[in-house]
Order: sequence, then structure tokens, then C-alpha cells
Amino acid sequence: MITTEGPRARTRRQVQQSHGKYGRVQVAVNELDERLGLARGGRIFLDKLFPDHWSFMLGEIALYSFVVLLATGVFLTLYFVPSQTIVTYHGVYKPLDGIKMSEAYASTVNISFAVRAGLLIRQMHHWAADVFIGSIVVHMARIFFTGAFRKPRELNWVIGLTMLILGILNGFLGYSLPDDLISGTGIRIAYSILESIPFVGSYLAFWLFGGEYPGNIIIERFYIIHVLIIPLVLLGMVGAHLGLLVRQKHTQFRGKGRTEHNVVGSPMFPTFMAKTTGFLLMVTGALALLGGLAQINPIWQFGPYEASKISYAVQPDLYMGFLDGALRIMPSWQWTGWGHTIPWEVLFPAIIFPGLLFNLCFAWPALERWFTGDNAMHNLLDRPRDRPKRTAAGAAVFALVFTLFCASATDVIANYFGVSLNATLWFFRAAVILVPIVTYYLTWRVCVEMLHGGRHMGKRKRAMVVSRTPEGEYVAAPSDMRPGDEHSELRPAPVPEQIDMEPLEPVGATTTVSSPGIRRVRR
Amino acid sequence: MSDSGSTFETPGTQVALEVASGGPSEGDGHRTAVPIPTARLDDPHLQEAARFPRRTEAIIALFLLVGIGGVAAFGAAYVQNAPSWVLALSMGVGLFAMGVGLTAWGKYLMPQGPFVEDRHPLANSRRDQEAMAAALVERTGVVVKRRKLLGGLLGGGMGIFGIVTLFPLLRSLGPLPGKTLFTTGWKSGTYLVDSTGTRIHKDQMSVGGILTVYPQGKENTDRGQAVDQTVLIRAQLTDLVTMKSRANWAPTGYVAYSKVCTHLGCPVGLYEQLLELLVCPCHQSMFNVRDGAVPVFGPAPRPLPQLPLYIDSTGFLRAQRGYNQPVGPGFWERTTEGNGTA
Repeated sequence: MITTEGPRARTRRQVQQSHGKYGRVQVAVNELDERLGLARGGRIFLDKLFPDHWSFMLGEIALYSFVVLLATGVFLTLYFVPSQTIVTYHGVYKPLDGIKMSEAYASTVNISFAVRAGLLIRQMHHWAADVFIGSIVVHMARIFFTGAFRKPRELNWVIGLTMLILGILNGFLGYSLPDDLISGTGIRIAYSILESIPFVGSYLAFWLFGGEYPGNIIIERFYIIHVLIIPLVLLGMVGAHLGLLVRQKHTQFRGKGRTEHNVVGSPMFPTFMAKTTGFLLMVTGALALLGGLAQINPIWQFGPYEASKISYAVQPDLYMGFLDGALRIMPSWQWTGWGHTIPWEVLFPAIIFPGLLFNLCFAWPALERWFTGDNAMHNLLDRPRDRPKRTAAGAAVFALVFTLFCASATDVIANYFGVSLNATLWFFRAAVILVPIVTYYLTWRVCVEMLHGGRHMGKRKRAMVVSRTPEGEYVAAPSDMRPGDEHSELRPAPVPEQIDMEPLEPVGATTTVSSPGIRRVRR
Repeated sequence: MSDSGSTFETPGTQVALEVASGGPSEGDGHRTAVPIPTARLDDPHLQEAARFPRRTEAIIALFLLVGIGGVAAFGAAYVQNAPSWVLALSMGVGLFAMGVGLTAWGKYLMPQGPFVEDRHPLANSRRDQEAMAAALVERTGVVVKRRKLLGGLLGGGMGIFGIVTLFPLLRSLGPLPGKTLFTTGWKSGTYLVDSTGTRIHKDQMSVGGILTVYPQGKENTDRGQAVDQTVLIRAQLTDLVTMKSRANWAPTGYVAYSKVCTHLGCPVGLYEQLLELLVCPCHQSMFNVRDGAVPVFGPAPRPLPQLPLYIDSTGFLRAQRGYNQPVGPGFWERTTEGNGTA
């Protein structure tokens, strides 16, 4: 029973007097701690340190574009109709008036022209998908070339790679949903790729499409996979990814005071929180600018999908480009015999090659451990040059994928540069083998040169000695750096070039000037 | 650490680092990192990083003001149903400016550190690890292996259920392929019609003309569009023999091929008239119209199947019979028919 005798509103001062220095916050913390026991862990979490380096924000781009994807995606589900039922369009976009199309296509045109801010949100969603996948790739390149995937972080590498594959898959499903002429052709190709798998291919294709192509249910099925199943899995994996990151703590580059056993950086609260929230706003703002100012996937120009129609220069989205390129340059090698067909011309570039590529990526941490015998914990990052072979291998894989990506534009290249399509095709068939090899060698060579030739490397400049000539002219020259030079203050401070795994010899025993106290490791 | 058995790098590394970084670097502006919990309020680590905090604050405030203006403008633009470039500009610039302001606030006006914290080894002691393994192995041995019958029954039951579940899960998704992939809508005597359902007369097309045709009555169906689609080309005025065994398949120069590419099923929609090549826009496979649509370029492994035609007494084009092989891309059950010159 409430009476006027109950507690009256109190001033902050009174609250502080009764609850201690921190007032109501103290009360809230106490109440929560008594139930959840989070005061100690919470404090540790607020103090959690994040090392600073610009390259550490690449993963944040991926995370925040995923946030934008979820938000804009929810908006789109409110207006999109996942249905292949044919309707006649009588909407605001007059050029398509009276044309027969699926409800999926009609509703997408509707989102673009009739729904308020619909075009902005739709294009933001598409851009965010491209940025999501692109930033994952760049983020993984950072992880790979700095060796951040090494023990104990192999699991996070695997989770990240799985998210990349799921992202590519969901991107494909997503841009298939509008049922326009270009994406419909993509679905047709996907069906044929499934069909090419030996033994079970036609069964898989029939089950996914609910019958022979095109069926009447594929948009509905793609829709539920695109908006529910894969996002759910992705969400769980994002949680696991970040959870592991917190548990295992960040890696950091070598530098003053940084060891394998500590983390140097700025605290979670408030510094990192402010910076990363600001970055979330920046990523969202950039995606909004892209979504409203840079046109992407103008489906109203492509027209609705009809199975017997096709347009010129059909290219898939950015991230599918390398697969399309592989399909283009593959020779027409089918195998037939005993009343059966194995369409290698599809099976290899579209199933086996990406399978090998991604499995190589999955297995890389284990492979590297096996080859180097290095089973130690690593919390300090490598510079790419420190591991010439790893860096070269990574560069070769990127070169391969990039060459294939370019090969997905053979027709456009031939048209634009006025060269024969035949020559373009054979150029890419050769390039796809040669470019990775050349890239491997060049990268390895550059790394080795940087590793062993870097006498003047590092941030610290050599001291300059300024002298005055008899004529009164001032001349500056780099100071001498002789072995055993007494003027130790003129010696540049050593920059760690390569950290030895063996115990170090006493300081002074090493006499090479370029790197006192540091030994290079032969590899 | 010492009893944990975890293998961080050998101490040598640390020595190397300390030697490496312990040089004459006191005056370089880098502070030795401290742990946050021990940092006192007057600790320089807790001071803001900016050299001129007031000026920095003013600049950040400017950014935040731009941000407020931007998002407010977005609201106004939305109410006015402005075009999307206005929405994008207001929202994008607003959020971006606010983000820059907040990031700068964190970077320049919050505790600058650097701070340091210890990394505690993740691994527990060997003894803990052994205890865990022991619990798994010994309890399994004692509790489960003693009841092999029950374990077997349970495993068997779950396994059977798993397999049984697969049937409705997969099988209800769609029909079995059966012979579907081997058939098309073309039968003996089927009229060729265009997309409006009009029959094709023998005088209708001139040399070099091309038309997509369907079996009569199927032109508006999914299957007619996707599977039966056929490209009709008039290559010449006289009968065309594309292969020896196809003597009367192309009367008065009308030749018909499946429009479904044998590579990945795209419609072979481009016709290079001078070279008499059908080109698939997807992956640039090219098929020679004159000699049975044999692929001359690109990844397609097989010729496009040819539809044998005849001209009936009223002068309309009809199919002698259906295709003699499955149309479209390859699959495991496909036989070797139509692979080469047959």
C-alpha cells in the first residue's frame, strides 16, 4: 500500500550519502553483481585493451556492414514479395507498364520507385553486401600476411573463412531474388552447376528447385535461405568470432614494450568504445552515400526474367567474378563413357576448383604448423617480409583469383580494346598459370631482399652531421657508422628486423652494425 | 606459467625485444605502458592526447553539429519524399560527420595510454588436462562400455531415425529426375511457333534471319521457355545439309537448334550473321550454324542438338520428330548420344 510516508524523491547528494560515492550506479552494480556476479569480470572487460593499428579496423568494416545489411534487409522484407506468380505491372515506372513479370520482380521495382526511401535502402543493402565480402577478404589478407592465424587462433581463422563463404553464397542468393533478366541467368547457371556433379547432380538440382528448371518455387526457397537460415548462422558465427577474440585477446605488432605475454593498447571503455562506435557511424554513412549516389543493380533496366531471353555482357556480382572467369577459360573437356557423362568443363572450375581453394585456406594454419614445425603460441605479428614463403604463397593465391576475376570480362575486354576474343581467351588461359608463378617468385624475392638488405630500414633516421666549410657553407652528411664507433649516440637505435627463436647471445658479442643485438633467421 | 605446459615463445625472444627497444628512446615521446587499474588520476597516461584540447574540442563539436544537421535534414527529406540522392547525402554526410567527431573524441580527448595488461596463458596445467581426459575415458569405460547392448541399441535407434529423417527432408523437396531431362515438348509434327503463338511460314524469313521458336501450345509455359526454346535460322534458300546423316533436316535453308547452351544452359541468344556463328553471351561458346552447331570456341563441350524440320503441304514449318538427345548442359545420367558428328 502506497502512502505518503514512503520514500520521497531525494537529491543526488542524499543518494550519494546513502549509497556511497557512486550513487545510483553503485546501487545498480551492486544489485546486478549480487545476482550475476559480474562486477569483477565487468571491470576487467571495461579495462580490456585493444592494440592500435590501422589494419585492425578492416574486420570492423565487415562487422558494421553486416549490421547495415541486417537493418536494411529487415526494411526490404517488409516490401519484397518472394513469389514467382506472374502479374502484369501497372506501377509508377511507366517503361514497364503492362509487362508481365513475377511478383518478386514487380515488388522490387516497386521498392525502387514507389516505396519512400526504398531505392536508397535497396542500394545500400546491395552495396553493404559487396563491402561486407570485400572487407572480409582484405581483413583475411591482413590476418594471413601477418600470421595472426597461428596458434592459438586457428579456430577463428576457420570461422572467418566460413563466414566469407556464407557471405558469398548469401550474396548470390540475394541478388537472385529480384528475378530480373541478369540474375535469372545466374540461377540457370547455378542449376547447371549442381547438375554437373556426378551421381547425384540431377537429384540435387531437382530437389533444390522443386523439379526441372525453372520450377515455380526457387525464389521462395532462396528467400528463406537468404533472410533466415544463412543470416542466423552468420550471426552465431559473428558472436563466436568476437567471443574468441575477447578470450584470446588481440594480436599486436612488435614494438616498444610489446611482448608475447602482454597487450599494449587503449582501453575498451571509453576510448575504444568511442572510436569503434564512431567508425560504425562512418561505415553506415559511407554506405548511405554509396547507396544513394552510386547506382547498383538497376533491375528495371534489365527487365523481368524470361528463360529464353538474355542480354549481352552478363556478369555476376563482384565476388562471383572469379568463378565466372574460371568457367570461361576452362577448356571444353567432358568425359563420356559407359552411358554416362562427367562434365569436367563445369565440374572442375565451378565445384572442384573453389573446393580446393577454400580447403587450402582452411588447412593453411595446420599446413604451416606442419611444414615449419612451429607449434608455439604467437601473439606478436609478423611483418609480411618476415615469412617470404608464406607471403609469396598468399600473393600467388590472390594473383590467381584476381586473374580469374579479370577473365570473367573476356568479352568486355575484347570489345573495349578491339582485340580478338580468341586471343583474349588464350591470354587468360596462359595468365592463370603464369601470373601466380611469377607473383610467387617476385614476392618471395622482394621479401628476401627486404629481410636481408634492410640496413637503413625503420623509422629512425641516421643522424646527420652538419659541418661548416671555410667558405661559410653548411653541409649536412650522414654520420659514419663504423663498427666499434665510440659515438654510440650517433648510432641509430636498432629496429627489430627479425626475432630469433634461439636464445640471444650477450649484447656486444654481435658486432654487425646494422642490427646489434638482433639475429636474422635463416629460412 | 611454468607449470602450465603452454609454449609461448622462448625467453630469448623477450630478451631480444627488450634489447631491441630498450635503446636510447626516452625522449621520443613514447611512454612506457602502464596497467590501467594502477593508473592514478594525475597519471599522464590518463590525460588526453591532444596538444590543444580546446581547439580539438571545437573542431569535434563542429563535426557533431554537421552530423546533427545531416540527420535532421534526412528526417526532413524523408518527410518531403525527396529523391534518393538527397536522402543519401543528408544521411551519409550526417552519419559520417558524427562518426568522425566521435572517433576523434576517442582518439584525441580520451585517455591516451598506452596501457598494458598481461596475457594469461589460456592453457590449464597438465594435471587439469589429464583430469579432463581421465574423466572422459574412464567414465566411458566404466559406465558405458559395461552396457554395450544398451549403447548399441541407442546408437542404432538414433542412426535409423537420422537416416529415416533424410527421406522426407530431401525427397519432399522435389520430384525425382526420372526421364524428365531426356524429353522436350517437341514431338513428331509439332508446329514451330514464335513467342506470340504464330506459326512460321516458309516464306516468312529472309536469309540471315533468326527467330526463337517454341512447340505450338508451349510458348507461354515455363518448360516451353526454359527447355523447348529453339533457335530457327534461315541460312540459305536451298536445302541445307549440316551433317551427312541429316540430309533432309533443314528444308529450304531453315535450320533449327536447341537454344539451351550445352555448357551451362544459358539461352544462346547472339547470332553473328556474317560468320554464321551462334554465340552464347554467358561464356562465349560459339557454334557453327552450317555444320551442325559444332562448338568452334569456348567451353561448350557438345554441339547444340539439331531439330529436324519439314515443311508441310500448307507451307508451315514443323518438326519431323523431337530432339534425338537431351538438350542443355551435361549431367551424370546423360548418354553419349550427340557428342560428335552423329
